Amino acid sequence: MRIRLRVNGTERSVEAQDHESLLTVLRDDLRLAGSKNACEQGECGSCSVLMDGELVCACLVLAGAAADREVRTVESLGTMERMHPVQQAFVDAGAVQCGFCTPGFVISTVALLRANPEPSDAEIKEALAGNICRCTGYGKILEAVHRAAGQRV
Amino acid sequence: MPVQVVRHLDEALDALAAMPRAEPIAGGTDLMVEINFGRRRVSDVVAIDRVDELKELRTGREFRVGAGGDTRIRVGGGVTYTQLLTDGAGSVALWEASRTVGSPQIRNAGTIGGNLATSSPAGDTLPVFAALDATVVLRSREGERRVKFGEFMTGPKRNVRRRDELVLAAEWDDAGPAQTFIKVGTRNAMVIAVASLAFVIDAARRRVGIALGSCGPTIIRAADAERFAQGWLEERGWDRPRRPTEAERGELGRLVAAAARPIDDVRGTAAYRRHVLAVIAARAFDRLAVMT
Repeated sequence: MRIRLRVNGTERSVEAQDHESLLTVLRDDLRLAGSKNACEQGECGSCSVLMDGELVCACLVLAGAAADREVRTVESLGTMERMHPVQQAFVDAGAVQCGFCTPGFVISTVALLRANPEPSDAEIKEALAGNICRCTGYGKILEAVHRAAGQRV
Repeated sequence: MPVQVVRHLDEALDALAAMPRAEPIAGGTDLMVEINFGRRRVSDVVAIDRVDELKELRTGREFRVGAGGDTRIRVGGGVTYTQLLTDGAGSVALWEASRTVGSPQIRNAGTIGGNLATSSPAGDTLPVFAALDATVVLRSREGERRVKFGEFMTGPKRNVRRRDELVLAAEWDDAGPAQTFIKVGTRNAMVIAVASLAFVIDAARRRVGIALGSCGPTIIRAADAERFAQGWLEERGWDRPRRPTEAERGELGRLVAAAARPIDDVRGTAAYRRHVLAVIAARAFDRLAVMT
């Protein structure tokens, strides 16, 4: 099944399997491995992307149902030379241990700060409740979000 | 084409009628898990998440029937939890239940129609629809059927929806402010309920609705507890807010726990579920009795 969608600002056309998720299209077909594959049931948030501006788990989006949608992954945010303010804040706060959950946390933080530029601790915790860090470095993640808050995201 | 993206209700109903084995998909938060884990092979899928007719949300005065008449609330099947939380749910209990669903990612995708159509005994909004005595509006190419929630869900993940029908909307009479939803789980976020309860005191209609989630094969109405609360309110006056005594709260809790048909499973034991229900029911009674 051929699907056209817009990924990180570029029109893409992929041949997807019937039961494939948006996540496998991103990772296996488009070679965008920033969105991670872990639980495949919307529990861990490591595959979080923005679809038409809304935070969703790419593993729960049927690829065929994403046709004509605008998808933004962590790859669209910044480069090694020029990091996105949220990425920079995660680096500065040391909010990364093994790093597996980080892209998902970064995307969720971007979604949060767009809606609420100065969130409280409680608001951050609620907004990031769908992202799990098994290194359990939540204190630093909270700090990173505060650092990024107030900057243009 | 195995995945058909539809943009209008007629188109969706035509597709379901033409493909008898087709599954509708909205937020994907239930169906995709089954597909990802190979638990279900789906031959045809109709993606209904862009159907505007399913996103209707009527919760305010514009939907009042006649001057001083009843307010009828209507939530389209395609309305997401996020949309309910942002735009108003027409029911405090439904708003509270929506807030406990999953995470932002899940609330952005999951829909009321999906919660109803999946009919999990742990579906967070389902006790609310039961307690509100809501009507599920089903639509197929052949027409519309209106089914009370109590007759809609028939078992775990079972309901009377035919494969060619969509959950068009849920509807109920505005029940006023004295209503709540309480859920107990192993953590605050991203949790499937160990037990949940919706409690509605509709003072205008002299009606009490109490419904339990995750405590039996379907959502259970605690009829004896409803009668007890109703009698208590009759005696003391529906419009005279008053706190129930500890004994009265305890009795209400006991009746609610007795109505449950819980099982032992990975999330909790049957005994713990009954205990939880008695506690949260008593708490809800205490909180709502002073609000009528």
